[in-house]
Amino acid sequence: MIANLGYGALVITLLVCLFGTGAAIYGEVKKQPRWVDSARNAMLLTFPLLTVASIAIITLLVTNAFEVDYVQSVTSRSMPTYLRVTALWGGQPGSLVFWSWLMALFASAATLRDWRRDREFLPWVVVVSLVTLAFFLVLIIGFENPFVRYWATPSGSVVTAMFQPNGTTLYTPFDGRGLNPLLRHPGMIIHPPMLYLGFVSLVIPFAFGIAALITGRTDDRWIRLTRRWTLWAWLFLSLGLILGGRWAYDVLGWGGYWGWDPVEVAALLPWLTATPFLHSAMIQEKRNMFKHWNMLLIILTYVLMIMGTFLTRSGVLSSVHAFAQSAIGPIFFAYIVLTLIVSLALLSWRWDGLKSEGTLTSWLSREALFLINNVLFIAILIVCLWGLFYPILTEALGVVGQWFPTLAHIFTGQKATVGPIFYERATGPLWAALLLLMGVAPLSAWRASTARTLGKAIWLPTAVSLVGIAAVLVLSDVRGLTALLALWLCMFVTAVTLFDFYRSAVARSRAHGTNFLVSLWQLAGRNRRRYGGYVIHLGVVLMAVGIIGIEIFQTETQASLKLGETLSLGRYSIRYDSLAEFDTDDNRNVARAVVTVFKDGEQLGELYPRRDFFYESGQPMTIPGVRSSVEDDFYVLLVNWQPISTQTATFKIYLNPLVNWLWFGAAIFILGTFVAAWPEREPAPVRESRRAAAAEAIA
Amino acid sequence: MNKFMVGGLLILAAVVYLIASSTVAGAQYFFTINELVERGDEAVGTPARVTGAVIGDTIQYDADSLTLTFDVAHMPADEELLNDEGGLALALHQAVSDPSRTRMTVVYVGPRPDLLQDEAQAIVTGQLGADGIFYADELLLKCPTRYEEAAPEQTGN
Repeated sequence: MIANLGYGALVITLLVCLFGTGAAIYGEVKKQPRWVDSARNAMLLTFPLLTVASIAIITLLVTNAFEVDYVQSVTSRSMPTYLRVTALWGGQPGSLVFWSWLMALFASAATLRDWRRDREFLPWVVVVSLVTLAFFLVLIIGFENPFVRYWATPSGSVVTAMFQPNGTTLYTPFDGRGLNPLLRHPGMIIHPPMLYLGFVSLVIPFAFGIAALITGRTDDRWIRLTRRWTLWAWLFLSLGLILGGRWAYDVLGWGGYWGWDPVEVAALLPWLTATPFLHSAMIQEKRNMFKHWNMLLIILTYVLMIMGTFLTRSGVLSSVHAFAQSAIGPIFFAYIVLTLIVSLALLSWRWDGLKSEGTLTSWLSREALFLINNVLFIAILIVCLWGLFYPILTEALGVVGQWFPTLAHIFTGQKATVGPIFYERATGPLWAALLLLMGVAPLSAWRASTARTLGKAIWLPTAVSLVGIAAVLVLSDVRGLTALLALWLCMFVTAVTLFDFYRSAVARSRAHGTNFLVSLWQLAGRNRRRYGGYVIHLGVVLMAVGIIGIEIFQTETQASLKLGETLSLGRYSIRYDSLAEFDTDDNRNVARAVVTVFKDGEQLGELYPRRDFFYESGQPMTIPGVRSSVEDDFYVLLVNWQPISTQTATFKIYLNPLVNWLWFGAAIFILGTFVAAWPEREPAPVRESRRAAAAEAIA
Repeated sequence: MNKFMVGGLLILAAVVYLIASSTVAGAQYFFTINELVERGDEAVGTPARVTGAVIGDTIQYDADSLTLTFDVAHMPADEELLNDEGGLALALHQAVSDPSRTRMTVVYVGPRPDLLQDEAQAIVTGQLGADGIFYADELLLKCPTRYEEAAPEQTGN
């Protein structure tokens, strides 16, 4: 009953999407606003309809409706209610419905805005949103239906179908298989929704971009309208990526946070185009330049977003993330190609209308530095795409290696893949260059900067950061060019950013006679995007410090210990005290070790690394014992033990210096994005027209 | 405009260089056990990723030195070939029970993974030594039976 209701809601939503698309186009072409209004109402109707479908799935999940295939595969009787609710995104069919529901929510919110000044965009924004939604609904209804049930045939076999096949009876298994235990972690409960929120909110700026191309209103209006959408999308996307890293650090037990796994790379791709888009959109607003480029970036972002959803969810790339596998690959691929063709055709059609009004004059001008920032992000994107598709390329293009012997090591014709070493080596210098630009760009001026003016602004932060690096050399045993260079970059950017805050606040406090702190507050309030951006930069620097710490200075060791024996790593050591094995109420077998941690011989406390074994899924999960401080994380894993007697146990320990700066920096980063994205009142049209009238009067 | 062209070309060259050199440094080649053994001396020392079926009787673990040793039997790497053999579970079973299949010994230092058992699929990354033993830096295991339960238990309704 509930399953039929949910399925019906999905089918009706698809019909509403198709109707809305048709009505919007018809109304626009025939100049009949009634039809466009009807399309807008269709858009608004999708949200309640998909809410019904989502609630239907959640109801089935929490009521143990194991006759439904999806419920059977992601829940079990022993799971608590909150995990059953979040199982909505625990598998492919449910997560696609959840994705569509968020998409409908965002598109409806965009549709509810005041359209009086931008009436011509409305039908096309509705069309792009509804077509995207319809595509996902076709996938759900045709291939990944969450409401499919089990039916027992007279011959005793069990089939899955949406509706009762002839001569069968409904079949209800006693229990479900349960959510993958690796996914039962707070980080993993919020990580997918954040990523999806980021993905779906990127549809809105794309929809406005396409609307601008179709209507020919190719000034910066579409960018101004979607600025905040893009920032929120970017915030969710960043948050999703960070939470995923935190989950890996806490759960996967390899002492890392990012493994350059294909699926991680796929989720990073849209971020790599959204970030330069945020930057170069500012250039279009200030200087009317880079218009083609911005259009291209938002098109790429949309396509990469669809590709990210596809790669993470299709099982094309095998990795720890391929929890959900299915055969929807070709359809995703077709949709991506079609989107690219249509968008690029529109872009070339409007090419002349998007000519830049300004020109680049100096390498040191702010717009040129922003351009380099864009190029570097795109370079990282190319590295990532190359890494993702290398297995396919090298096998298919082996002939290139035969023609050009110098390329024989790259195009081998042999099936191959590239590991984390490739990504680290190829993107490392590019990230470092971006960090340097983050320091230099805020000091440069629009249009033209000379080496002289730039040098004047730069010498003090440079000197301060060099003193900082000298202090590192004297006070710590950090050596090695890479580490020192990377740390210097971090100090340099911090110095530049803080100086800029300081200088502007002092200037303001002089001009207005206010207190320094008050001026600082007002300053940030008056130009939120700029100062929010600087706060984000500071967050990035702190994250970079954490990454340098764990990537360059991580140390590890492992050993089997008898009771009472100790194992040392750096200034730390652990003593194996005891181990207990027991069963829990929720169907786990837990092996929990007690180790005492010492630092410089001084006792710090106990840690409890453990291994949970989930009976339902037959899967183990290693939970580290971690001692965190500003300086480092001491990370202990229980990897093996002697059953029953528990006389010996094997531990692996990691020392991750500075890693907490990564999480702390992430918090600053998110705070900065809030500052930049917080809604401001849009300047009223009256005032703008008055200003225009004044400008005309002057002219 | 010229100075921007030169700058752009320099950046492009740097990126191409980074990608090419990092590819050579970070590439891992997929081999089946047959392919690796056929290559013989040529394959010694090449970074490789090999898939094989674990033979349960050969698993030895020395907890003091954390050294894990086991044999793997050749199995097809291709998805289609696997399907010809009736899916992963059956292909693994055949590989283990067929004594004529090429076998290779794998040595791995580290904790013993829980999933290491007879007829598991091992994906090992490392290199072949001159002694014909494969020294793995990384060991991934898949047990098909765990994820593909054919039909759930009947409750009677």
